[in-house]
Amino acid sequence: MQESILTICEAMPWILEGALITIGTVAAAMLLGLFLGVPMAIGQIYGNAATRGVIALYVWFFRGVPILVLLYLFYFGLVYQLNPLEFSLFGMQCSISLALSPFAASCIVLGLTSAAYQSQIFRGAINSLPSGQLKAARALGMRDFEAIASIILPQALRLSIPGWSNEYSILLKDSALVSVLGAMELMARTKAVATSTAEYTAFYVSAALLYFLITWIGLRGLRYAEKNFRIPGYSHL
Amino acid sequence: MNEATQQTPVLEARNIGKSLGGRPILSDLSLSVYKGEMKVLIGPSGAGKSTFLQCLNHLITPDTGELLLNGERISPANKGELRSLRERVGMIFQDFNLFDHLTAQENVSIALVKVKKMSRRDASLRAMMELERVGLSRRAGLYPAELSGGQKQRVAIARALAMDPEVILLDEPTSALDPELVGEVLAAIRELARGGMTMIMATHQMDFARALATEILFMEKGAIIERGAPASLLAPGAKTRTQAFFARLVAEESAC
Repeated sequence: MQESILTICEAMPWILEGALITIGTVAAAMLLGLFLGVPMAIGQIYGNAATRGVIALYVWFFRGVPILVLLYLFYFGLVYQLNPLEFSLFGMQCSISLALSPFAASCIVLGLTSAAYQSQIFRGAINSLPSGQLKAARALGMRDFEAIASIILPQALRLSIPGWSNEYSILLKDSALVSVLGAMELMARTKAVATSTAEYTAFYVSAALLYFLITWIGLRGLRYAEKNFRIPGYSHL
Repeated sequence: MNEATQQTPVLEARNIGKSLGGRPILSDLSLSVYKGEMKVLIGPSGAGKSTFLQCLNHLITPDTGELLLNGERISPANKGELRSLRERVGMIFQDFNLFDHLTAQENVSIALVKVKKMSRRDASLRAMMELERVGLSRRAGLYPAELSGGQKQRVAIARALAMDPEVILLDEPTSALDPELVGEVLAAIRELARGGMTMIMATHQMDFARALATEILFMEKGAIIERGAPASLLAPGAKTRTQAFFARLVAEESAC
């Protein structure tokens, strides 16, 4: 028993470093998902038929394929197999390096997937706003993009925080999958140490606790944001 | 109203028509409003009053007809002209449509900044002035959810006024209000009329219409079926549709 505790203490700094990589991966993926998801939601609501179709296809694809498959497909099927990308353009030989670290590849795949889910969170939030908000902005002579940026989004993003918390906790747990690419995050490091020391129970329990802690802190932060940005007088905003 | 003799109407709608799903909802509506006039649209729910008003600033695109602002034909297909039309034609909605995430003052100032490209400082000052005008300067920092319905509608009036519109469209501005709050909003509108503001208003407030309308237009099934000065349409004993509608409203009210 004493020995196990000693082993855990020894390995902990390395595992905690892995936890930081996990947090970094999730943060990057959430942000990528946010920056793609918001325009996608807007495009799906206000865009023309072609825009709506392309976005619907994107969402359908990323929601329909398991993240594990996407990770393998992207990292081995695309980045690894096609690297370096060589082609000739107007008789010139071009070579583009597709080399990506497992970390970067993980952030991209998780981010692209999250964008599909996040776009639907934002779409729901925008659709739940009364139509009169956009009407009133238009009636004052605002351009549609101004109205969306300064009237619709500030309200929709507030409404999105609960859905976003959900997405955060799901994404955090999905991030354990990226260990298959060799990204040395929390899960990969836990597995490595657990296997080499044969202290399976101790290390997987500590990994579970760390995931739990990261989820809890993130959700507390988002709950705080939700309260902080609440519009006075509104219970639901 | 004494300026009504001026030659060019501030806003003129010619032969506005609109169908939805093959069913005509507005047919061949024309209207000219001159400076300082108040036109009042009356009629049962579903008559098309609201749709017609929203066609006048192209929140709804009519299928046929044209709009002239100060004698100039507006091509709404041109986005710049469309925005300029909306900037110059104010609108007050039945359910206020204040921006819920902005304070009363920001509600009034935001379009000054975004559309009129005023500095934030100037826009805030102007917003304060307009709120003062509707008696709400002390509520400037409150959010819509913290205001009563009547106060919300007065903020909406201030928001429209801040844009210096040439004409204001009012779509049943008191219909969503509790009865005891109707008076303060009507008072604000009366004040506008006194100041010579040009207005087109859909309402069920018949006493208000009788007192302030230059002309009453009675709508039914998407068409104007009667029009005239209130004195003639609502004269005692006049056998007009407007009079009958008025009598029914009064009867319903006293039956409650």
